[in-house]
Amino acid sequence: MSTIETTAGTLNLDDLGLRGVNRTLQQAAAGEGFSLANPNGLHAIAAGLRAEVAVDVLGHAGYYCAGMNQRATVRVHGNAGVGLAENMMSGRVDVLGSAGQAAGATARGGLLVIHGDAAARCAISLKGAHVVVRGSVGHASAFMAQTGRLVVLGDAGPGLGDSIYETRVYVRGTVGELGADCVEKPMRDEHLDELAALLADAGVTDVSASDFRRYGSARQLYHWQHPDGAEDR
Amino acid sequence: MTMRPSATFDTPAIAEIQRAAREGMYAIRGFGAKRRVPHFDDLLFLGASISRYPLEGYREACGTDVALGTRHAARPLRLDIPVTIAGMSFGALSANAKQALGEGASKVGTSTTTGDGGMTPEERLASDKLVYQYLPSRYGMNPDDLRRADAIEIVVGQGAKPGGGGMLLGQKISERVAAMRDLPAGIDQRSACRHPDWTGPDDLEIKIQELREITDWQIPIYVKVGASRPYYDTALAVKAGADVVVLDGMQGGTAATQEVFIEHVGIPTLAAIPPAVEALQELGMHRSGVQLVVSGGIRTGADVAKAIALGADAVSVGVAALIALGDNSPELAEDYAAMGTAPGAYDAWHEGRDPAGISTQDPELAARLDPEAAAQRVANYLRVVTLEAQTIARACGKSHVHNLEPEDLVALTVESSAMARVPLVGTSWVPGASVDPARRTS
Repeated sequence: MSTIETTAGTLNLDDLGLRGVNRTLQQAAAGEGFSLANPNGLHAIAAGLRAEVAVDVLGHAGYYCAGMNQRATVRVHGNAGVGLAENMMSGRVDVLGSAGQAAGATARGGLLVIHGDAAARCAISLKGAHVVVRGSVGHASAFMAQTGRLVVLGDAGPGLGDSIYETRVYVRGTVGELGADCVEKPMRDEHLDELAALLADAGVTDVSASDFRRYGSARQLYHWQHPDGAEDR
Repeated sequence: MTMRPSATFDTPAIAEIQRAAREGMYAIRGFGAKRRVPHFDDLLFLGASISRYPLEGYREACGTDVALGTRHAARPLRLDIPVTIAGMSFGALSANAKQALGEGASKVGTSTTTGDGGMTPEERLASDKLVYQYLPSRYGMNPDDLRRADAIEIVVGQGAKPGGGGMLLGQKISERVAAMRDLPAGIDQRSACRHPDWTGPDDLEIKIQELREITDWQIPIYVKVGASRPYYDTALAVKAGADVVVLDGMQGGTAATQEVFIEHVGIPTLAAIPPAVEALQELGMHRSGVQLVVSGGIRTGADVAKAIALGADAVSVGVAALIALGDNSPELAEDYAAMGTAPGAYDAWHEGRDPAGISTQDPELAARLDPEAAAQRVANYLRVVTLEAQTIARACGKSHVHNLEPEDLVALTVESSAMARVPLVGTSWVPGASVDPARRTS
């Protein structure tokens, strides 16, 4: 599945347990690299990292892999469960397979690249990070997303961008029924430039920014006293 | 002709219909439920007599300390008094108000709590013991702050609006508040009603594990629920691994919620405690593994003592703390009159025009609150309610407030008797009880 070379320093989750592995990673110095053997879908693998370390997860990860990541580079050589890289602050997380629900939830910085598909609520309440999905995303993605960018090379399920704030969403494939207050917006030069840079950062070279359409907030729900109640939804 | 007002369409009901017809939008306000519900006032303590003997009321030792988070955390939160400050956000409250709450709590050895919007440096500095709320919105959520906290409180809901999210109107979204929340300034900010990355008790267990991994299993993790199904919510929180359950009744305050929500969703604090205690007892966790913190309408030391007697380990105060800061002060009568309200009735905390400088982000208004003087008032208030609770505990012959128990209580009304599961005063009758109250041991 992966063409990325793994880094030195293998930690075996079977031997060290989750706490032992996470403590080692959390205390590692910048520049160190680790491979994690036998992840076996464990939860909270590589959560709470703070230094510029490189971590390769050699298999499938469970919930909250790389949760709240700061500065670290984490690559999952498999699939990842719910809440991948949730509330990431900085750094980069790649999942070479697919991701479960709420990937990149509330992430405030850094780059999350999902090489397969992402399930529902991808980039929910996004707060500044950039999320690039090579495949498709499920329903209610970018729900209440505030800032940051969601890029989807495949299709987006229904409810995209429901109650969205200032996040920009770029989708190359089809989009289901848009969520409340989410509208398609014109792709201007600044958006093409921004998207091209994002694709380059994510290592995506086989598609053009001009293939995408842009979605964002109509800003009709920004003020409570606007008639934004159930009748509008 | 005889004037005959309707009991059903009473004056407030008619006024609300007229307001709705005029404005076309539901009413939002701060404060908690204002309707009369069965409460701690409906309970009385049975002081010592021949069958029990009291402690000397002013001198004999009567402990008030409490440790929260003894189940899993390496560093439980150890408080000198069983009264804490509830979560209230910077954003809903001014920076001065948050600082004063922290300093006031620190003076008497207890904790205060952040709120929706994250932790401010002033608040961390002012608070010896600071509980960091982990909310559905995750506004301002920062793992560095998480590790700086003395405990984490996962907020599932609050008593004023179980099942509801939050709202902070644009006039309170200053540049600083907006930046902390990653939002444009001036918009009406909504807080989600459910967490973005977990949905049920099985997920919550995994979420708690993640938070412990990130904080090295050092600090306690609370789970806060709005009182609606306290037996099940308590049991599920314990199952998910919580160290502490925080149970907030419907009288608990809010900065801004629909009036219809505040008054009609959730259950009274009094009715919520016994089912939560029952769940803890059945799991073997009551007073031995998982602590119960109760909030929602705590005003006096009598309320503190009654909540503890029913099984709480500690209580927390929100509205009362704001009043101690200076909210609804008679000294502001003219300001309130200009806003069409009066001391004791002011609840427009959502508008950001608070003349006390508490529920505002307006720099001029916020400057009205002297944080040092306000902190002293908060400390005084917390000290008084603790002394009052001690007074009652001594009268019941208890050398620690935690030795108070349901057996020390009777109820004044059938309703409160059934809810609190203590006998109706002068009888041995507990409506709905399957066990003879005379045989109750806890």
